Amino acid sequence: MAVVSMTVNGKAVSAEAEDRTLLVYFLREQLRLTGTHIGCDTSQCGACVVHVDGKAVKSCSMFAVQAEGAHVTTIEGLAKDGKLHPVQEAFRDNHGLQCGFCTPGMIMTAVDMIRRKPNLDRETIRHELEGNICRCTGYHNIVSSIEDAAKRMSGATR
Amino acid sequence: MITYPFNYKRATSVAHAETLLKGSPDAKLLAGGQTLIAAMKMRLASPSDLIDISRLTELSYIRASSDAVVIGAATTHFEVANSADIVKRIPALAHLASIIGDPAVRHKGTLGGSVANNDPAADYPAAVLGLDATIKTNRRSIAADEFFIGMFSTALSDEEIITEVAFPIPKKASYKKFPNPASRYAMAGVFIAQTNSGVRVAVTGAGPCVFRVPAMEAALAKSFSAGALEGITIDSGGLNSDIHGSAEYRAHLVGVMARRAVAAAL
Repeated sequence: MAVVSMTVNGKAVSAEAEDRTLLVYFLREQLRLTGTHIGCDTSQCGACVVHVDGKAVKSCSMFAVQAEGAHVTTIEGLAKDGKLHPVQEAFRDNHGLQCGFCTPGMIMTAVDMIRRKPNLDRETIRHELEGNICRCTGYHNIVSSIEDAAKRMSGATR
Repeated sequence: MITYPFNYKRATSVAHAETLLKGSPDAKLLAGGQTLIAAMKMRLASPSDLIDISRLTELSYIRASSDAVVIGAATTHFEVANSADIVKRIPALAHLASIIGDPAVRHKGTLGGSVANNDPAADYPAAVLGLDATIKTNRRSIAADEFFIGMFSTALSDEEIITEVAFPIPKKASYKKFPNPASRYAMAGVFIAQTNSGVRVAVTGAGPCVFRVPAMEAALAKSFSAGALEGITIDSGGLNSDIHGSAEYRAHLVGVMARRAVAAAL
C-alpha cells in the first residue's frame, strides 16, 4: 500500500490506498466523503461524477493513485460558508430530485456543463446529461433546474 | 467492483514507458482508462502492471497544417471535439469525438487508447480507416489499412506505443452512427470521406472489426450522392449479433448510416 496525496475540496489529504483502489472508494471510505455515490459501478450512471483538475469525470472509472497531486472537488465542496451553490439551490427550487441518489452526480455534471457552456438550451442540457441516469424524475425537472441555474449564474433574472 | 491486484507505475516520458514495458511482459499501458479500467473491474483483464502515460505532455497536442491534422496519442476526446483547428479542417472528426460516450468519458478517454484497443464498436477506428490516417508509434509508422487486424487486435507489437495519429485533410467527410442508447457505442457507425486517393467508406460497430465497403466506395467515386448507394446491400454474414440487434439489422443500419453520411458530408 502506498500513500496517496491530493487536494480534495481545497484541503490537502493523504491516505493509504492499494494501487487498485478506485477514486470513488478512496473518497468514500478513506476520506468518509460519502456524498459521491456508487450507482452502477460500470461507468454508465454518473452517480460518482466528481471534478478532477476542473473536469467532470466518473470516479468509479479512475484509480485513486491516478489522482495523485490533483485537485478534486466533490459534492461536499460546492457549498461555501453555509450557502448552497447556485446549482444546488436551483435543484431544490425546481424539484430537481426525488430519491436523490443520482443528485450528487447530476449536480457535479451540471456545474461542469454550465462552466463549459454558459448559454444552455434544453436540448443541449439533455445531450450533456447522456452520462447521468435518473430512475425517478424522468429528467424534466433536472433539465429545468440546470436551465435555471445557468441563468442565475450568468446574472440574468429568472 | 475491485480489479485484480496490479502495480501502478507512472511513466515520465515515452522512453521511460518503453523501458517499463520491457521489464514486465504482462503490463498494459494506461491512458484514459475508460475501457481498460471497466474491463479490469469485470475481471476480463488482469495486467500485472499499469504504466500510466496519460499525463505525458509530449503525447498531448494537436498540430494542424494545410494538408493534415496530427494529434498526439494522449489527446482526449474532449480536446479533439473542441479544437478550433480540427472543427475547421476536419469537422467530421471533431463531431465524431464529440459523440463518444458522454462528457465525463470524453474528459478522460484518449485517441491513442481508443485506437490501440480497437473495440469493435469504438468510433475512432472508423475515422482512422475512413480518412486513411497514419498511426505513428515509438518504432514506425503504420497505415490505417494495415493497422486494424481483428476484434481488439491491431498491428501493434507488445512493446509498441502509439505516439500520434496523422489525419490527412479530406475534401469532404462525414460520420453518422446509430448509438446503443445506453452505452453510446456504435450499433453501426459509418465514416465516409472524399480523399485525395479516392472515396473511402469505413464501418464500425457492425462487425468484429472496423472494415471498408468497396462497393460503396466505387459507387460514390462515380457519383458522390446518397442515391448512388441505392441497391447496394451489406452481407450480414460475419456481422455482430447480440441482444441489441441481429446481424441482419446491423447490415441494414450500415446502409442507412452510409446514406445519411453522404447526405451530410461537408
